[in-house]
Amino acid sequence: MDSHATAHSEAHEHPAHLRHHFMDAAQQKESATFGMWLFLLTEIMFFGGLFTAYLVYRNWYYPAFVAGSHTLDIKLGMFNTLLLITSSFTMAMGVWCSETRRKSGLVWSLIATIILGIGFLGIKTIEYKEKFELHHVPGSSFSAASFVNPPLDAQGKPKDTPLAPDMAIHTEVYFSLYFAMTGMHAVHMILGIAILFALLIKSAKGQYTTGHNTTIELFGLYWHFVDIVWIFLFPLLYLISRH
Amino acid sequence: MSEITEVPESHGEHIVSPKVYALIFLALLVGTAITVGASYIDLGPWNPVIALAIAVTKATLVVLYFMHVKYSSKLMKLTVLSGVFTFLILVGMSLSDYISRAWGQW
Repeated sequence: MDSHATAHSEAHEHPAHLRHHFMDAAQQKESATFGMWLFLLTEIMFFGGLFTAYLVYRNWYYPAFVAGSHTLDIKLGMFNTLLLITSSFTMAMGVWCSETRRKSGLVWSLIATIILGIGFLGIKTIEYKEKFELHHVPGSSFSAASFVNPPLDAQGKPKDTPLAPDMAIHTEVYFSLYFAMTGMHAVHMILGIAILFALLIKSAKGQYTTGHNTTIELFGLYWHFVDIVWIFLFPLLYLISRH
Repeated sequence: MSEITEVPESHGEHIVSPKVYALIFLALLVGTAITVGASYIDLGPWNPVIALAIAVTKATLVVLYFMHVKYSSKLMKLTVLSGVFTFLILVGMSLSDYISRAWGQW
C-alpha cells in the first residue's frame, strides 16, 4: 500500500492518501463525509424509534412516568450535560488543531475529550448503582413499592404523590426506556472512547496533522452526534416531568 | 515522501475558528442553564414544549457549527435535512396514529 502510494505520487502529483478512484483529495473527503452522514442518519432513525416509544408510553402511563422521572437526580444529569458539552468543545478544538497542524494541541484535545467522556460514564455508573439499590431496574428484582408508598421526608410527609398499584407497576416501563435510551447512549460513548484512544496513539505519532485529517473530522461528527442525543435525553428523562 | 505533505487542496474548505467554537460552547452552556431553570417553573403543558425548543436550538447549533454543516456543500446540507425530515415522519406519523385511535380507552 505504502510503496504503491509512493510510486504513484512520483508519477502524478497528488497526496499519497488519495485513492485511485477519486479525482482529487477534496472529492475524496466529500465522499467520506457524505458516507459518515449517511451512517449518522441511520443513527438518528435508531434513536428516533426509542424517542417515539418514550413519547407514546409517557402519554399512556403519564403519572407513572412523572413519578419515575422524579427519582432521577437533576444535579447529576446537569453535571453530565456540562461534561458532554465540554467534551464536544474539546473535540471541536481537536479538529481545529488537526486542520491547522498543531500536533500537541490535537493530542491534548483528544486526552481532554477522553477524560470528560470517562467522567460522564462514571457519573452514569453512580446513577445506575442507585437504581439497582432501589430495585428500580426492570426485571425480576424490580419493585414498584416505593411508588405506592413513597419514602417520607423529615416532616413525615410522602416525598412524592403515591400512585395506585396498577399505575405504579408501569414505572417499570419508564425505567425500561430509561435504561434502553441512556444505555444505548452509553454504549456509543464507550465505543467513542475506544476509538479516541486509537486516534490518540496515532496523533501522538504525528498522523492527522500533515494535511490529511478526514479521520479526525469524521470522528468529530460522531462525537457531536452522541452529544446531540444527550441534549434531547436530558430534558426528556430528567426535566419535563418535574411538575 | 516529503513533497506529498502539502495541504490537500479542498475547494472552498472552511476552517472554523476557535472563537466560533468558544461562542457556540458558551451558547450551549447558557441553553443548559435556561432549560434547567425553566424546569423549576411550573408552566403546565408548556414545560415540555420549552424544554424541547431549547434542545432543538442547541442541537441546531451543534450541527451547524461543531459539525460544520453551515460551511458544507449543498449535498451535505440536503443529507442532513433529509435525515431530520425522515425523523419527523417517524415521530409525527406514529404519534398521530396513537393520538387518533381508541380515544379515552387508555
